[in-house]
Amino acid sequence: MSQQTFAQLSNGLVYGAMGVLTIAMFAYAAELAFGTRSRVGRGVAALAARESKVLVAAGGAVAAGAANGPLTAVPVARHLDGAEAVRQAAPERQRRADQFGGVAFSLTRLGLLLMVLSMVGRGLAARRAPWGNMYEFSVASAMVVLAVFVAVTRRRPELRYLGTFVIVPVLLTLGAAITFLYVPAGPLVPALKSYWLVIHVAAAIVCGGVFSLGGVVTVMYLLQDRWERRGVTNRLSRRLPPSDQLDQSAYRLFAFVFPLWTFAIVAGAIWAENAWGRYWNWDPKETWAFITWVVFAGYLHARATAGWSGRKAAAIALLGLSCFVFNYFGVNIWFTGLHSYGGLPNK
Amino acid sequence: MTDNAVLSTQPHEAVRQPGLGPRGLARWAWRQLTSMRVALLLLFMLAVAAVPGSVFPQRGANPGDVLSYLDQHRTLGPWLDRLSMFDVYSAPWFAAIYLLLFVSLVGCVLPRSRQHVRALRSRPPATPRNLSRFADHRSFVTDAEPGAVVAGAREALRARWWRVDVTAETVAAEKGYLRETGNLLFHVALLFLLVGIALGALFGTHGSVIVVEGGSFANTLPQYDSFGAGRLASTSGLPPFSFTLRDFRASYERGGAQDGAPRSFEADLLVRDAPGASPRLQTVEVNSPLEVGGTKVFLIGHGYAPRITVRDKAGNVISSTAVPFLPRDGKFTSMGAIKIPDGGPTQFGFRGVFLPTARMDKVEGGTSTFPAADSPGLLLSLWTGDLGLDTGKPQSVYSLDTSRMKAGPLRSMRVGDTWTLPDGLGSITFDGVSEFASFNIAHDPGKEPVFFAAMAALAGLMLSLFVRRRRLWLRATVDGEGRTLVEVAGLAKSESGGLGRELDDLLARLPARPSDPYPAEEPA
Ligand code: HEM
Repeated sequence: MSQQTFAQLSNGLVYGAMGVLTIAMFAYAAELAFGTRSRVGRGVAALAARESKVLVAAGGAVAAGAANGPLTAVPVARHLDGAEAVRQAAPERQRRADQFGGVAFSLTRLGLLLMVLSMVGRGLAARRAPWGNMYEFSVASAMVVLAVFVAVTRRRPELRYLGTFVIVPVLLTLGAAITFLYVPAGPLVPALKSYWLVIHVAAAIVCGGVFSLGGVVTVMYLLQDRWERRGVTNRLSRRLPPSDQLDQSAYRLFAFVFPLWTFAIVAGAIWAENAWGRYWNWDPKETWAFITWVVFAGYLHARATAGWSGRKAAAIALLGLSCFVFNYFGVNIWFTGLHSYGGLPNK
Repeated sequence: MTDNAVLSTQPHEAVRQPGLGPRGLARWAWRQLTSMRVALLLLFMLAVAAVPGSVFPQRGANPGDVLSYLDQHRTLGPWLDRLSMFDVYSAPWFAAIYLLLFVSLVGCVLPRSRQHVRALRSRPPATPRNLSRFADHRSFVTDAEPGAVVAGAREALRARWWRVDVTAETVAAEKGYLRETGNLLFHVALLFLLVGIALGALFGTHGSVIVVEGGSFANTLPQYDSFGAGRLASTSGLPPFSFTLRDFRASYERGGAQDGAPRSFEADLLVRDAPGASPRLQTVEVNSPLEVGGTKVFLIGHGYAPRITVRDKAGNVISSTAVPFLPRDGKFTSMGAIKIPDGGPTQFGFRGVFLPTARMDKVEGGTSTFPAADSPGLLLSLWTGDLGLDTGKPQSVYSLDTSRMKAGPLRSMRVGDTWTLPDGLGSITFDGVSEFASFNIAHDPGKEPVFFAAMAALAGLMLSLFVRRRRLWLRATVDGEGRTLVEVAGLAKSESGGLGRELDDLLARLPARPSDPYPAEEPA
């Protein structure tokens, strides 16, 4: 196949992924709107029932089974209220709606596959790593968001309810990529031909995906926390994990990504040293990478500072995410600097 | 949260009233400065303080942009300048923030290190009396002797790198000290990072130079076009290498959507490491610099230098050089100036626009349609009068100070054209085009320390974030019926989780199997 064919194939796959993900989004929403607690929810509820018995029986000589599987770590006692009732009262129509969740997740994985193939096609078309301009960064970041979501959901099925809130930003990113940011596949300008750059950008893209997913989980945490404090329950709050678990999941994502972000910055500095003779030039892109780093260091600190964990730390994490996103879009568009290679069309 | 404090050397946030007097006050201030809350505040201030540097042009990177900003903002500009908004990263207030942060860091890390060393030497804390109060807790009864259970647990834990302390009936174990070690390593590495940066700023040198094809550069101060050195750097001891630019090649995308986009730049240098050393040929590219004894030469830009010959009325050559022109756009439309101070009846000069692929248009004038020198054109305008070279004011080589000059005629030229100048000034010939390359030449002795500090920080960070510090206890006692009641419990940082699985894992590896296996399902 010619490079041209690969490029067209790659574009077609992005459209295909968008189509599949759009259906997935509706399926997630349908599950949320019409389903019962769904299969996952029921699993959690059943476990809650079991653990509650254990708790009741805790005379000091009782142990929870070791074979509860990955859900063992989920203290779900709080979700117990009404779980039985919901399950038994669920009419057939709702149970059918539950299947939407499974369909949505399968479609998500299909969408992910299409995006991976699209990136492969783009790489073959351009004969280089397919993350050389903003269009390609955007597709790659969206892919990472999906990949991490799929990976995390396998380990913590209850996070599947975040599906809608993950797919929407992914679709928006892809839409923006293919309309505003699109540039045809092609080779890079000499300054960008560097192994360190490939590593730096790949790390930054993975960071983008994980930061974004962490942001989604953090927003859910703030909502759930608010509902819990006010004693409000609704469709979403009943399906989401309790707030302390959401907080923990968000922390895990951020704690995983912070060293990677540090590494991305170091790799960028090594590249800069090789290209310009100075490892740090304080150009706007670097400056905002630094600001993002410091804000997330603040987030990790806040979690260990009396009176700053929980909601305040979550707000800091969202601030850090905003800095990251601003660096990604805002700096490329409004500032000029050594990094003005975004490859934006019409510029 | 109180449980966490046990497993970390993080400072306690107890609010204490300051003692009276200046010593008490100083003590109080120090405690405040080294508290987590103030560290958090300083981190925030650092983030905020870095912002204006991305909004306003900075002298270090774009001195020209700063001048034009000051020119456009006559009232606001000087105020911003007074607030160091054009030198944010060397501003006193910026330095104040990060220095305070690092003082706080030292004040924080020292006592924590002491505490951590003590923790490393101490034994795991004794088994608490009531293990069932822990969230992660298991128990069962068995027919094995307590001593056998304890010994089995000890072996099982030792095999997994736990630090274990046993008594006749209890096992206390702890693991994950590397978390705190990593955290301290990370913070200390940040200190060294700052030291490395300071080394570079004090002892480093950096400069830039433009070399036309065929031209040479020797690494001495006068040969630089611009040069900066740290306060403690020696400028007389620059490494004595030199090089000649043999050839410069650029290639561009031709046709398609990215027509004219650069694809490769290569500069062939004939390098002598020292005067008299035998020369070697090296090709320098954008991401692969030349390195000579700790000093690196980076190819950072290029452009065109039209070759010009100026003759007097009698036909004697006054000047014959390649004059570098400054590229202004992606198609390499370039601006430059030719100055003839001596040899003519009066001083004169030319303002010039060089077009590598020139399209001459009667209406629009000249434009360049491609960055390669496919069909070069040169637009020159003649100026006569005082070039202003003797005023002592520094002049750009790319522009003509026409304030004391008179405009003459304009001419567009192709390679080989000769223009006979009016008023007996002689003639000018456009002989051809050379390319020039611009180089950054940098020596930064802090680079390696910064690199190693960054690596250490990264390693520390990963230990600190991925290692889990946890404690585990086991007690085996004989119950009323003569059987052995085994209780295990664990305590971990709240972030870690998964401790329950670890307890189950320990139970599974105990030689003493529970005789009543996990009576979990039915109420006792
Ligand atoms: C240059 C400034 C600083 C930066 C960039 C920074 C960054 C970080 C980061 C990223 C973490 C989380 C990762 C880890 O646990 O190792 C952390 C943890 C920590 N930092 Fe800092 N820090 C700075 C200064 C300070 C200062 C001044 C203090 C003391 C007041 C401090 C005390 C701590 C403590 C106690 C932890 C551990 C928190 C825990 O137990 O989880 N840091 N720091």
